[in-house]
Amino acid sequence: MKSLADLKKIRDAAQKKVTMRGKNDGTRVLVGMATCGISAGARPVMNKFVELITEKNLDTVTVTPVGCIGECSIEPIVEVLVGEQRTTYCRVDEKVAERIFTEHIIGGKVVEDNIIGKFRL
Amino acid sequence: MFERSHVLICSGSNCISRGSKSLRNEFEEHLSNLGIREEIKLVNTGCVGLCEQGPFVIVYPEGVFYAQVKNKDIKTICEEHLYKGRIVEKLVFDEALSDKKEVKAFDEIKFYSKQTRVALRNCGLINPDDIEEYIAKEGYHGLGKVLTTMTPQEVIDEMLKSGLRGRGGGGFPTGRKWDFALKNESDQKYVICNADEGDPGAFMDRALLEGDPHSILEGLMIAGYAIGADKGYIYVRIEYPTAIEKLKTAISQATNLGLLGKNIFDTGFNFDIELRLGAGAFVCGEETALIASIEGGRGMSRNKPPFPAAKGLWGKPTIINNVETLANIPAILHMGADWFARIGVEGNRGTKVFSLGGNIKNAGLVEVPLGTTLREVVYEIGGGIPGNRALKAVQTGGPSGGAIPEHLMDLPIEYETLVQAGSMMGSGGMVVIDENNCMVDICRFYLDFTCEESCGKCTPCREGTKKMLEMLEIISSGEGTLEDIDRLEELAKMVKNSSLCGLGQAAPNPILSMLEHFRPEFESHVVEKVCPGGVCKPLIKLVVTDTCIGCTKCATNCPVDCIEGSLKEMHKIDTSKCIKCGVCKNICPVEAIVSV
Repeated sequence: MKSLADLKKIRDAAQKKVTMRGKNDGTRVLVGMATCGISAGARPVMNKFVELITEKNLDTVTVTPVGCIGECSIEPIVEVLVGEQRTTYCRVDEKVAERIFTEHIIGGKVVEDNIIGKFRL
Repeated sequence: MFERSHVLICSGSNCISRGSKSLRNEFEEHLSNLGIREEIKLVNTGCVGLCEQGPFVIVYPEGVFYAQVKNKDIKTICEEHLYKGRIVEKLVFDEALSDKKEVKAFDEIKFYSKQTRVALRNCGLINPDDIEEYIAKEGYHGLGKVLTTMTPQEVIDEMLKSGLRGRGGGGFPTGRKWDFALKNESDQKYVICNADEGDPGAFMDRALLEGDPHSILEGLMIAGYAIGADKGYIYVRIEYPTAIEKLKTAISQATNLGLLGKNIFDTGFNFDIELRLGAGAFVCGEETALIASIEGGRGMSRNKPPFPAAKGLWGKPTIINNVETLANIPAILHMGADWFARIGVEGNRGTKVFSLGGNIKNAGLVEVPLGTTLREVVYEIGGGIPGNRALKAVQTGGPSGGAIPEHLMDLPIEYETLVQAGSMMGSGGMVVIDENNCMVDICRFYLDFTCEESCGKCTPCREGTKKMLEMLEIISSGEGTLEDIDRLEELAKMVKNSSLCGLGQAAPNPILSMLEHFRPEFESHVVEKVCPGGVCKPLIKLVVTDTCIGCTKCATNCPVDCIEGSLKEMHKIDTSKCIKCGVCKNICPVEAIVSV
């Protein structure tokens, strides 16, 4: 350890490992992963999000599997929470997931084609 | 690989003793079976604090707080929560769910909301075996700031400004202790971490050593720089195997990163830390006895002065700081003395960690700002007494402290107020005593401990503790007289005034404080031959009251077959044969057996 800068470098790298523990103010991706969601293909969708986040090294985004949202006929359902804005997407496959990631999570623009509703919490 | 979820498994000694060691293997197995092992990060952390409800598993990013988790529950958590995203409500700690069944954040749970965690800031949140997680929480930044921008005198001034006082119990200002050692010139100086925690019921230091060992190392290094020492010792008892293991890992990781060793931060400052294992003698927590033990001698105290800051280990200037004191130091230097001085009250700055035990609902580890009242700790954080029994007293300071009676519960917790009330801060044991406890018996318990632990060097302590114990035994057996109580008090004062070291000087404290506040309870043992708490065996009689439902459980379990009665009829205890073991009382489903 030769300088404070060295220490700060280790800290910045290591903080990515622990940001998840504590209050999360970043973007949250909720994937409906009840039996219906899983059978409709929610798992590869969730894996896709995880893969993209790793690729882009975005430590402020969390991915959480959640229970049944209710509309089983249009699964897989993914919800994206940015601040107080909640966007619900339906019939998400890996391709749509990729679009949501680049256009919405990174670009900040909702992917209109797949939304079922947009409302404030 | 981005890990979408972190699962924190509490691996403090209290949770391990409740079975948390095998939880990780269960997780590994079930997560692998589900094919999601690499998406989830498993972290073994230190003590989370609410030991009564352990073992804990905390799942992030949601922050779900699972309590009393058993091996068989892991499959459910994996399949439901981690695979399908459904929180397993029945396993969540009651108070961590709102009325609407929403997950509450960590600091919204009542047990934690009243606490301020400075010393315990990382306990239960980071992996103690991973130095990077400590650094991520600003670890070693205090040391970096000290070494690169401050002189030793500036460090000491900052410590004086913070108002931090020794957390081992004495409450001596840490900055002043360091100042003495800095001013004593010598070719070699030493710093020692006193991790010889020995009070019955106290486990604050163990939790810190196990949960955040790097903060102790960093505190010790800052202390070393401030006084001009390049060598530190951590004196830890061999009865703390997990703590020793964590410390060893921490020392080797810090050495590998160049945070220990030569020329740290390229400033020319060298520092090494060595572990010394004590055999578990209580007296070795006293600083001169501790030094004797590190030097390889028998753990016996000596006269002061000279104080260790002038002539300590191997005759060189030495400072000895307690674990909790050291854990505060990196935070003070990193955040600044002003930040620290905003916590607590005038003259008593910062926080104190207590291990809350005895007859209390939420037994565990709590850290509160100084100046918090005892009532807040017992009722708001501790959740009160089980069965809504009446509070009798709170015992602080372990075998060196005293009991604070119910009517003084609104006392703010400060070094001076506790002494005025006849007790002391001590290292942080806090035992809640209710109406079913006997004060004479508690005194007897503590004297039994100090008598055993007396090193035997000075007569008042060696003989005095033994005589006081014998007198308490006579009183609790109902064979004492009022004069015995007076004699006990006289002897207690004598031992307090004439013993060589802190052990003997403080050993009579439980007796003196209980006599001050609970003298009538002692008197009823010798005059009416009654133990009001129903504890002292020679004075009690176990009887069956008419709430008995005739279930025969007591009769079946009595070891001496002294209970008679047939099914669905009231039972009777033959008191001539009864050995008062209490098995029947404990097993009775309707509390029909009472001691009178």
